[in-house]
Amino acid sequence: MSAAPVRFGVVVFPGSNCDADACHALSTFPGTSAQYLWHKDTDLKGVQAVILPGGFSYGDYLRCGAIARFSPIMQAVIDFAASGGLVMGICNGFQTLVEAGLLPGGLIRNTGLKFVCRYVNLRVETTDTPFTSAYAAGEVLRIVVKHNEGNYTVDPETLARMQAADQIVLRYADAAGEQAEGANPNGALDDIAGVCNEARNVFGMMPHPENSVEAHLAGGADGRKLFQSMIDTVLRTAEVAS
Amino acid sequence: MNVRVYVTPKKGILDPQGAAVERSLPNLGFTGVSGVQIGKIIDLTISADDLTAEAARAQVDDMCRRLLANPIIEDYTFAISEG
Amino acid sequence: MSRRATVEAAVKLGLTADEYAHICAIQGGEPTYVELAIYSLMWSEHCSYKHSRPVLGRFPTSGPRILQGPGENAGIIDVGDGWAVAMKVESHNHPSAVEPFQGAATGVGGIVRDIFTMGARPCVSMDSLRFGELTEPRQRFLLDGVVGGIAHYGNCLGIPTIGGEIYFEPSYEGNCLVNAMSAGMIRTDNIVRAIASGIGNHVVLIGSKTGRDGIGGASVLASQEFDETLEEKRPSVQVGDPFTEKKLIEACLELIHRHLVVSMQDLGAAGLTSSSSEMSSKGHVGLDIHADRVPLREADMEPWEIMISESQERMLAIVTAEQIADVREVCERWDLDCTVIGAVTDSKMLRIWWHGERVANIPARRLADESPVIRTPSVKPGYIVDEPVAVDDTGYPRPSDLGAALTQLLAAPNIASKRWAWEQYDYIVQANTVQIPGSDAAVLRIKDSQRGIAFSNDCNGRHCYLDPYRGAKAAVAEAARNLACAGALPVAVTDCLNFGNPEKGEIYWQFEQAVEGIAQACEALDTPVVSGNVSFYNESFGQAIYPTPMIGMLGVYDDVSVHIDDAFKDEGDVIVLLGAEAGWMDGSEYQKVAYGKVEGRVPDVDLQLEVELQHKLRAAIEARLLKSAHDCAEGGLAVALAECCIAGGSTGGAQFADPEAPRSGRHGRWLGADVDLGSAAAVAGAAGRPDLALFGEAPTRVVVSVAPELLGPLDEALGGLPRRVLGRVTGANLRCTMEGKELFTVAVGELHSAYESLPQRLA
Repeated sequence: MSAAPVRFGVVVFPGSNCDADACHALSTFPGTSAQYLWHKDTDLKGVQAVILPGGFSYGDYLRCGAIARFSPIMQAVIDFAASGGLVMGICNGFQTLVEAGLLPGGLIRNTGLKFVCRYVNLRVETTDTPFTSAYAAGEVLRIVVKHNEGNYTVDPETLARMQAADQIVLRYADAAGEQAEGANPNGALDDIAGVCNEARNVFGMMPHPENSVEAHLAGGADGRKLFQSMIDTVLRTAEVAS
Repeated sequence: MNVRVYVTPKKGILDPQGAAVERSLPNLGFTGVSGVQIGKIIDLTISADDLTAEAARAQVDDMCRRLLANPIIEDYTFAISEG
Repeated sequence: MSRRATVEAAVKLGLTADEYAHICAIQGGEPTYVELAIYSLMWSEHCSYKHSRPVLGRFPTSGPRILQGPGENAGIIDVGDGWAVAMKVESHNHPSAVEPFQGAATGVGGIVRDIFTMGARPCVSMDSLRFGELTEPRQRFLLDGVVGGIAHYGNCLGIPTIGGEIYFEPSYEGNCLVNAMSAGMIRTDNIVRAIASGIGNHVVLIGSKTGRDGIGGASVLASQEFDETLEEKRPSVQVGDPFTEKKLIEACLELIHRHLVVSMQDLGAAGLTSSSSEMSSKGHVGLDIHADRVPLREADMEPWEIMISESQERMLAIVTAEQIADVREVCERWDLDCTVIGAVTDSKMLRIWWHGERVANIPARRLADESPVIRTPSVKPGYIVDEPVAVDDTGYPRPSDLGAALTQLLAAPNIASKRWAWEQYDYIVQANTVQIPGSDAAVLRIKDSQRGIAFSNDCNGRHCYLDPYRGAKAAVAEAARNLACAGALPVAVTDCLNFGNPEKGEIYWQFEQAVEGIAQACEALDTPVVSGNVSFYNESFGQAIYPTPMIGMLGVYDDVSVHIDDAFKDEGDVIVLLGAEAGWMDGSEYQKVAYGKVEGRVPDVDLQLEVELQHKLRAAIEARLLKSAHDCAEGGLAVALAECCIAGGSTGGAQFADPEAPRSGRHGRWLGADVDLGSAAAVAGAAGRPDLALFGEAPTRVVVSVAPELLGPLDEALGGLPRRVLGRVTGANLRCTMEGKELFTVAVGELHSAYESLPQRLA
């Protein structure tokens, strides 16, 4: 008897443009299904994990993610997160989660003041999340960033709390996994590339793992274990529940 | 002297940000809102003891025309106060 | 509103007295002001191609793969498995010179609309840019603005900007060139054309509200040289809204895929005027347009303003009564205005109404077909010479340090890495990118298929200036060669022809010569011209740009996994030069950078050798015999070798088809080469000089690298193709010798620093 597929939902705001890539990435994992969740709907359609994809929701007008966070779908996402559901925000999705208060901190303009599309090295700082459990601690990934406002910032008190609570999930690093000059593409505080909430079920990252799931393409496949972690977590949770 | 510069989209030029925000407000329950325009405020201080008010205005105007605003698509006004 | 317009009004709108008389003849009397405004736009150079139409007929435009040639919004090429590529390039030169950010942004927006209006999802963006020298602050300002505008618009749309070119020459100082190319994928059975049909069908306007953007843009800006009145023309600049265009892409593709529209046309130059007149004339029908029903952004607009407004992000659709409700639903879902503004009629007239009053009544076909055609008598310019330069030691003293000469060339803005620009572009969205920017061609896969596509943009304006016929021919050959280096088969061309004032005999001669060169090369390489654009009047204060016929070319793969890039891969690999052994001073980057001159006669392309080279190169790549391939272009053989070394060691390079393939040379370890060029006397055009053997330029040359054990099979595959084994891939240094005598040894790290030095010129 084959297991029911793990159901992912990819939210689509007007201006999201990495939604198709997120769905396509998931299609490379057998045993999963992915559907789009329209911003005007309020129904998460029984998905077991939600992805807020990258792009330019509402053109990034006013502030990135500032308008998207008030979409009708977002209340359902907030409730889902409150009940422990897995929510991942990629790039613009991360910005929206931060605007919605589901993740701490803020994302401001890159220090270089220009959009940057570049391969970066990421060090996995903690494998104790449903998004990084399939990686090895300290593993170095090569993933693309492509953003104008990826500069993560947070006040010192919150940062201290986050560090103590192991909420820094990914950091920019060099190929050897060390924090180094030139490794950080946007000036983010403490080279932070991805963070999770205290409950560890909401996660945001600026780089784009959905462009790194096929080894023969330019992006490589270092992003696969991220989705695999989510799939494993959902399956484990379902097993425990049954 | 304290200077506050207001930079706004030129009349007649498309303001995509303003249009997007104007369309979004009704979704939050605010009806009857129109004419949304998004500009910026630039604050700066000029320290020059012997600068006349007229000279200061000329200087700020020059700054606006050459850098602070893009005269092709933006308008500007400014206010100077002693401080 | 229907007041009559005089010849004075016509001249103010850019028409000649003769054209005005012709209009009166068609209209049977003095036209109304609205009618005159419409004619002035449709008969402007930008819209009617009046100076270029007679010459462009020379292009080959058809072939077994060509589903749509010139005449529609974009050309369409069958690429296999039921897929086709829609492709087009357009210029936005004059608006970008005035406001670079918005000019470039709206240029991208405009060309993308041409793609999705046919039902193709845009999947590629590439831009060919030209500016004056970077030593001038204004040129740095233009470069910064243009690249920023392309990034702003393209990234927001989620279309990967995967390549292009950037050149700097004094001749472009007063007239920058911004040529925006786009391509999209479409199923061959789902192509929509811009032909109005169905009497009684609705004419529907979708997208942004209409304002005064660009009023006079097509007729005022693009049909005239720049002069002292440039400043006054500024208010015509359009501002782009990529957010609305993204919504428009999704809504329009849904409308087309669900067969909810009869036809669709985007509103570009000349706005509603050109879309409505083109749709009706192609369909042999009439259109009634009620200008008072157009949603406005500005109050108090007059009907002629509404008709010629170039407000962006608007589409025109023909929709049956049965489908209008569904169309409205789709538009509402995407928060886009959707307004019925008229109807298709059997009158064959384009009729514009204003609150019930008819303010224009124009025979649609005659408006399109009777636009003037002007063939300026061409005059060969006096500066053209028929002989190559004499490379003597007085005019061209030999350099004492060839390594320093190489480094100087690598740092030259025309050669140096353009990473500063392309890292501002999202080149990976849509998850199809196989080859990122920086190599000879951009490569994408087609999902759920083994197939792939590749693109290249090429033109050397300097060569075209010295000899427009040879230079244009070489541009086509180079574009095809770049695709061949990546392993793709070239199949079609979209061209952007940038020239000065066509009313001048010398400029018209350049144009005719270039078109002939392109036509011959396209015939030999079997790459029909499927679409394109002509931009005239690129002159300031009487000074014209170099003739710049930019070639955008599409290549295809049966199996995209065979593609290779330009980087050396492993120490010990054998380096071979394929093709001609030649290196000329004339028109070379070396001539400009080392001697400050642009003169002579550029070499001609041997099309027969070129075809043979590309054919065999591609076969070798498909047989997986080669590790890398790189075209020899500006800077000649030495620069090509240096680039292969630099790409071999730097980070951020492309991945390999086979994930287990060796990746030595990546991630910080430099690869070099040790090569011997043979005898300088054997290099055509080099006048026995080592520096010309190294840096001289000539077409039909490719540098490849091959594993030592595959050299035998490669030799066999190449047959009688001229070639020379140059040497081996090594580590750390690039060393060149000539018949054993040392020419130079330079550390690849040093070459890399020079090659990546462009940002320093922008600080």
